[in-house]
Amino acid sequence: MTLSPVLVDLAAGFESVTWEVSHDQDVARVPIEEWEGFARAARDAGFEMCSDVTAVDWMRQRPERYEVVANLVSIAHKTRLRMITSVGREEPSLASLTPIWPGAGYAEREVYDMFGIHFEGHPDLTRILMPDDWEGHPLRKDFGVGSVPVQFKASHQVN
Amino acid sequence: MVDEKTVETNGRAPSNRESDVLDIWVAGTEEPQFQPTDEGTQEFGPDETEARLDDQFGRVVEDDYVYDDEVADDERSVINMGPQHPSTHGVLRLQLELEGEVIRRTKPIIGYLHTGMEKTAEQLSYYQGPTNVTRMDYLAPLHGELAYSLAVERLLGIEVPPRAAAIRVLMTELNRVSSHLVALATNGMDIGALSMMIYGFRERESILAFFEKTTGLRMNHNYIRPGGVVVDLPPGWKDDVAAILDDIPQRLRQYDDLLKANPIWLARTQGVGVISAEEAVAYSITGPALRATGVDWDLRKAFPYSGIEQYEFEVPLGHSGDVYDRYRVRVDEISESLKIVEQVMDTIPKGDYRVGDRKITPPPRARIDESMEALIHHFKLFTEGFKVPPGETYVAVESPRGELGCYLVADGDARPYRMHTRAPSFYNLQGLPIAMADSLVADTIATIASMDPVMGDVDR
Amino acid sequence: MATTAPGNLLMTTVDRAANWARTRSMFPATFGLACCAIEMMATGAAHYDLARFGMEVFRASPRQADLMIVAGRVSQKMAPVLRQVYDQMPDPKWVISMGACASTGGMFNNYALVQGVDQVVPVDIYVPGCPPGPQSLMHGILTLHDKIMAGEIVR
Repeated sequence: MTLSPVLVDLAAGFESVTWEVSHDQDVARVPIEEWEGFARAARDAGFEMCSDVTAVDWMRQRPERYEVVANLVSIAHKTRLRMITSVGREEPSLASLTPIWPGAGYAEREVYDMFGIHFEGHPDLTRILMPDDWEGHPLRKDFGVGSVPVQFKASHQVN
Repeated sequence: MVDEKTVETNGRAPSNRESDVLDIWVAGTEEPQFQPTDEGTQEFGPDETEARLDDQFGRVVEDDYVYDDEVADDERSVINMGPQHPSTHGVLRLQLELEGEVIRRTKPIIGYLHTGMEKTAEQLSYYQGPTNVTRMDYLAPLHGELAYSLAVERLLGIEVPPRAAAIRVLMTELNRVSSHLVALATNGMDIGALSMMIYGFRERESILAFFEKTTGLRMNHNYIRPGGVVVDLPPGWKDDVAAILDDIPQRLRQYDDLLKANPIWLARTQGVGVISAEEAVAYSITGPALRATGVDWDLRKAFPYSGIEQYEFEVPLGHSGDVYDRYRVRVDEISESLKIVEQVMDTIPKGDYRVGDRKITPPPRARIDESMEALIHHFKLFTEGFKVPPGETYVAVESPRGELGCYLVADGDARPYRMHTRAPSFYNLQGLPIAMADSLVADTIATIASMDPVMGDVDR
Repeated sequence: MATTAPGNLLMTTVDRAANWARTRSMFPATFGLACCAIEMMATGAAHYDLARFGMEVFRASPRQADLMIVAGRVSQKMAPVLRQVYDQMPDPKWVISMGACASTGGMFNNYALVQGVDQVVPVDIYVPGCPPGPQSLMHGILTLHDKIMAGEIVR
């Protein structure tokens, strides 16, 4: 695939990264060891803002359970880039992007809260949306929705 | 005089009237309509320990930042603000570490409005998705719906007809105006200009009346759905929009008379809550807060969507990144949005308001009586929903608060596998400690109001 | 002199006068949480005016308020705060649960929300809607006034 000029230099420095185009957007699949190095290189290549960090729980559909997704945007070049990496099953952890883009701080706390993925190097990795003593990570696929059965007035008890 | 011991209580023990509300409704009737049960009640966990309550209510603060050791511990005090406080920005809790009147550190604590919307999105079909997303940023619901619908359409690989795109632009720009009016109203009220609250909501009523006529609801419309919009604009809409376009510019001049050169307003907003351009970009702040620092970044110009590139408008910029510049940027954005609305009104094409693909768009209700095929399609679309081929995408729109994005992962089923919303207020709040560092306590309210956080967006 | 209200309740003229005074100047406490809060603010604004019922002063401090309008969705983290604010209000106090999320959990039947604010505080009036328009909220408030005047709610 032909990369845009901004990305050609970036790709040259990292051979283990695979590039693809997903619905007209550039996606870089980065191995977990290169996550921080690639992020620094991306910031130096012109991606000044990290617009979003999130995660997907693939359960048993993929060999590695979680995917961590970082969406980057370059104001100077008016382009976007997505970095995706796969993170393992037991005690998932990877390097934090907060030292590179401080704006990823809250997003990584949310990923920790919702999925249980640890970010090494994050200044304050605590629960952000759920109460501090909540057990479990709600957005994992094995955490139920938690719905309660709805009781309607004057309806018969159906069992 | 009624003797308490002989009062009829339907066989249950006499209950305390203060706490047993059901008793009041049931007393006096012959037979109760139903017996109250415990089924369906949620159980709270075991009795909370004092330590957790202490932390929740801010009586004890965890030391998780590096202290400046030169200042004695007893010269700094920690104050807890919120989550219930009169500044009308929802349930935001701040822990402020003060040295006298000067704020040294701030820690926003959020999550008091967490609704589990991303989990709910995995249970709803793609056509029901907008009802969920619209309640995240409840002051700009149409933008949320637009981001979600654009993401679904991109995964489906369809384009909406030009009339649908123009209607979407019209509605979202009017939504931007109504959201900025609320921002101005609450900004003004928080800083002390109490009449701004009344003015802002008064103008908003005319826009909400138009929304109610078109979409059926004043807020949380569920109007922009994958495939287009759900109904066409009502007949006579041009008169309503023209009335809005006549009314609001002169009101904006009234607000300028009230605020723009007012010495109290200037003293309270200029130089207050300053964020520099480099800090704003590093902390992923977008929207008016970013443009007030001078960075020219608007997603409507950078990554145009829904045909917005055909309309001419400018992007107002500030230069010093303080509360005053954010206020000016919002006021100017109202005028620019009205320009776009006027152009849409003049150039809107005729045609379909939703895509014609029968596998995605439900048939008109009248056809269901006539055609078996329409009935079957209606049934399948509303019980199961249309399936989206596997893929993932990220689409962002420019909401009144900044970059509102939707990251959608589909796996071929009729429900999203993962839907994540990039909420602008969530990231803008990261700029709050920066803006409030080394400023005075009295400026806290002005700074929070100018960042315009919507807690539904922050906590989702 | 004494009149009879439903439920075998005898009311004196003093009770009726007290109820009249309570309904004519009920001070709501600000407990706007989410989208319903915006509609509550719109009800207090100029177009649908709550001041004609003596209720435009939304008291910030619960100690000075009579009425708590729970406007919006109550999450698990917010529930203890809600209870604490309710406990701080002096008697007589009333609670209106505004909107679907406050009344029953609304469309969000999941782990994060308390499914109905009546799990935490006793509620007098439920106002349905998502969000209820200002007219619905005012109907709820006026129904509460009528119930207090008629003596159906005794504090």
